[in-house]
Amino acid sequence: MASRDDIKFLSNPKIGQKRQKYCRFKKFGIKHIDYRDPDFLLQFVNGQGKILPRRITGNSLKYQRKVATAIKRARHLAMLPYVTDMLK
Amino acid sequence: MKNYEVTFIVDPVLSGDEIKATAQTYVDQIKGEGFEIIHVDEMGLRTLAYPINRRNSGVYFTVEFQGPNGELIDKLELALRRDERIMRFLCIKLDKYGVKYNEDKRNGLIGKVKKKEKKSRGNNQGKGPKGGNNQRRGGGPRSQAPARSEAPAKVEKTEAPAKAAPAPTPAAAEKEEE
Repeated sequence: MASRDDIKFLSNPKIGQKRQKYCRFKKFGIKHIDYRDPDFLLQFVNGQGKILPRRITGNSLKYQRKVATAIKRARHLAMLPYVTDMLK
Repeated sequence: MKNYEVTFIVDPVLSGDEIKATAQTYVDQIKGEGFEIIHVDEMGLRTLAYPINRRNSGVYFTVEFQGPNGELIDKLELALRRDERIMRFLCIKLDKYGVKYNEDKRNGLIGKVKKKEKKSRGNNQGKGPKGGNNQRRGGGPRSQAPARSEAPAKVEKTEAPAKAAPAPTPAAAEKEEE
């Protein structure tokens, strides 16, 4: 019985919808980014260990700067790699 | 008062006592200059992300201290640079948020627990609207069809068993209403 509602589900209604990005540091009130926590910083680098742009992470400028500093510090202390492949 | 933090990696080839003694020398040096040690964190042996001096692992130490001025830092860095037992070090000045963060971490307020919280929060917020949409979509055309009640149920199963539990009940309620 193909009623109108069944037809709705034939195509994914979510396609074409953009999910709103947000700055998680602002949202959850995180003021300090720890450079000794590589697991957390791993969310802000790509598979090659490069820092992801704001365009993708959605961080505000202030916290993107802090994330970048923290990642660079972590790299110096060999907690994150400078260059790699298949990091994730 | 200024707060500082120095993290260094000690060569793991040394014996356990020597590693501790190495860390202790710097703690003593900082104390000797009239600085107050707030916390010494031994993070233990960790694998390095890339080899340093042909070593693949290192023993991490972090010393947090505070004092009236920053004159010590130059001396401390010079000593660390000259020391062959130290593979890497990093001295940073902490801002007020850093101080608070470290304090919270020591009290167990942050650590791994909060991180899970953060992640789960993030996931919930990722899932929350999804679940809401599903319910809305399931609930919107309320008038007909068992097929739709199946569809959201499947989605919920894929998401989380914990969420699946409360979700069917409103659906059941809706059916009853109908």
